[in-house]
Amino acid sequence: MTLRDTKVTLSHGGGGKAMRDLISEVFTCAFEPESKEDQARLMHDALLQPGAQLAFTTDSYVVTPVEFPGGDIGKIAVCGTVNDLAVGGAKPLWLSAAFIIEEGTDIALLRRIVASMKAEADKAGVKIVTGDTKVVGRGSADQVFITTSGVGVIPADRNLRADNIQPGDVAIVNGVLGDHGATILAARGDMMLTSDLKSDCAALGHLMEATCNAVPVRACRDATRGGIASALNEMAEAAGCAIEIIEEALPLRAEVKGTCEILGLDPLYLANEGTLVLFVAEEHAEAALAAMQSVDTGKEARIIGRAKAGNPLVTMRTAFGGSRIVDMLVGEQLPRIC
Amino acid sequence: MRYVEEFRDPKAAKVLLAEIEKVTNEIGATKEKPVHIMEICGGHTHAIFRYGLDRLTPEGIEFIHGPGCPVCVLPMSRVDECVEIAELENVIFTTFGDAMRVPGTRKSLLQAKADGADIRMVYSPLDALELARRNPDREVVFFGLGFETTTPSTALSIQQAAREGLNNFSIFCNHITVPEPIKALLDDPHMVLDGFVGPGHVSMVIGVHPYDFIAEDYGKPLVVAGFEPLDLLQSVLMVLRQIRDGRAEIENQYARIVPEHGNPVSIAAMADVYQRRPSFEWRGLGEIDASGLRIRDQYKAFDAEEKFGIGYAAGPRNVQEPEGCECGAVMTGRIKPTACPQFGKGCTPEMPLGALMVSSEGACAAYWQYGGRRAVEAAE
Amino acid sequence: MCLGIPGQIVAITDEARMMAMADVSGVKREVSYAPVLTGDPADLVGQYALIHVGFAMALIDEDEAAKTLEALRDLGEAQEELEAMARTEEALQ
Repeated sequence: MTLRDTKVTLSHGGGGKAMRDLISEVFTCAFEPESKEDQARLMHDALLQPGAQLAFTTDSYVVTPVEFPGGDIGKIAVCGTVNDLAVGGAKPLWLSAAFIIEEGTDIALLRRIVASMKAEADKAGVKIVTGDTKVVGRGSADQVFITTSGVGVIPADRNLRADNIQPGDVAIVNGVLGDHGATILAARGDMMLTSDLKSDCAALGHLMEATCNAVPVRACRDATRGGIASALNEMAEAAGCAIEIIEEALPLRAEVKGTCEILGLDPLYLANEGTLVLFVAEEHAEAALAAMQSVDTGKEARIIGRAKAGNPLVTMRTAFGGSRIVDMLVGEQLPRIC
Repeated sequence: MRYVEEFRDPKAAKVLLAEIEKVTNEIGATKEKPVHIMEICGGHTHAIFRYGLDRLTPEGIEFIHGPGCPVCVLPMSRVDECVEIAELENVIFTTFGDAMRVPGTRKSLLQAKADGADIRMVYSPLDALELARRNPDREVVFFGLGFETTTPSTALSIQQAAREGLNNFSIFCNHITVPEPIKALLDDPHMVLDGFVGPGHVSMVIGVHPYDFIAEDYGKPLVVAGFEPLDLLQSVLMVLRQIRDGRAEIENQYARIVPEHGNPVSIAAMADVYQRRPSFEWRGLGEIDASGLRIRDQYKAFDAEEKFGIGYAAGPRNVQEPEGCECGAVMTGRIKPTACPQFGKGCTPEMPLGALMVSSEGACAAYWQYGGRRAVEAAE
Repeated sequence: MCLGIPGQIVAITDEARMMAMADVSGVKREVSYAPVLTGDPADLVGQYALIHVGFAMALIDEDEAAKTLEALRDLGEAQEELEAMARTEEALQ
């Protein structure tokens, strides 16, 4: 152990010995990449199957606060990218991780974040095979920003695309909505709300494998920023048909409803980090539900609506039998109070 | 009882809707010759669209969306003054989230924040007070916005600040009152109105009697209403029955929250801290006599207008509303949002021209968000 | 405008500043009870209040709430009776 500092300084980004110590004693000791080269050299049997496709995705993660009930930025950085691969039908295999670290960040915090990334990657069955660190001056970042890229393999017989959705198809979510968004709102502290809510942050690779192996899934999206409403709107647009959801069918925790009532927010637009929505033909709905419910992250799976012929709009049938349009959000959802 | 779900029971709603239909028929109201009911409060407008009540009630009822959204009636000049204060050195400007996106002539608060002003969203004026305690060397200004429901909260916060001797806390006061614009609307010869659904949370503070003139002088019924869907439907039914029976009374559907004479502590705090301005500017409605409040001289130290010499304290003001904006006509019920030439064209939630498109409680934004877009698309 | 939501007062947190903890569906927020204080603050604990911008603005009157719901039930029953009568008439014809 040669890394004695408790906080990151600019010298840890200088390319010298301090940087090497930080990388080896915080990052590579946890991720244990096979190669000491700058590049990862990858081989997987799945790639050899005729018709198999490589899936490649990238995403940046910024979240305030970086640690919150139910997770931290590292866990999100792994889950988010794994999920981006999984919802496209790919089996996630490898990740890269690049860190932009603010000068003054606690090294103990970095270690916690790295440990949670490693644990989540193991759980999801992916390896973090390459990475990078940069240090920026105080105020140029908020503690740490992480970019992860992911590579996976889509089997030959799988083709998940939103334009596969047919009128009559059933929309299924794997779990409750809005937990992550409501948790982060409370964790930021500026609204001074407290609750026992936890982020739903979870990797959904196993869930997707189980579901895709059980039934032909037409299309899937993870409902992250902009919530379930935005995911459904994107799908309606791509599919060129309407989607109707049923208000009473939406799984929402009391605390999420409470947060929304207090601040005048709509839970349909709250972010999730472990929630996806997928479409299957009606005759496969029961089998899809059973497959999803057999996996931990799908225990709460349920049907929330269906695709319908018509203009690409998302509507919601209210508990009253009325209906309203669930549009894309304009900008960020702001509290509506006075 | 949690006082929420009980008032969202779909079965009871069906019963109410059947009765509403019956009374609407008894009145003889039809799509061509509808009965016009104004819900004064933006919270009611939001609830009507959110629960799809507008499509469940008979076509013979036409809802007119009133001026009761404090963000929507805020004139551009006041937004400009907010930005001016927020951009002063050493100021922490605090506001409800509602006001962040309202366009000023130069910029919105959201844009001012991006330009470097220290603007923070809070849930309560008490949170602004706490910021002032924690930042003794900064000036913390709270954007006091809202009707009688919200006014007591800033009055009580000012009293608390005075007790603690905080000298770095002030309020940019834009509090307005409900009865005066209603009177102005009723005096408008273009106005066609048969009755009102009254703002329940305003009445929780001021009681039911400030509306007596609506029944006595103008012969119109008003029912003070709660915000859950059953509350709204029951209130609409009560208004319809009055119309059918030829009555004009002030009734209280929301008695679980609204005492006849309001809340004495809040009324006393408002009287102690605020006095009426001779007049106040409303977006789309112009200057309305005695419709706005200012902070009394006794509490001058907590008045941001006095402290920074901005706003009404700075002398006469003249700001033009954006051209082609029909917010005023929409707010007085003369036209529907979709009849405004800018609706969905020059004015969308992405690029709002007028205030009614900014807040989700504004009639235009509600139309757009919850179904109005369909109207535009159908028309094209 | 004027977003208000029922919450239960679960504890008095700061008597000097008249602050209490309110619970809305498991979400807690400290609020001022100044507007609804008439006697001993401890009496407020357990009561439901209408919460608006961090203030308990009104205590909820349980009897009045029950009355409103009862009126709705009566209306439902009256409708059912009318429908039953209409059905009987139809059957007789």
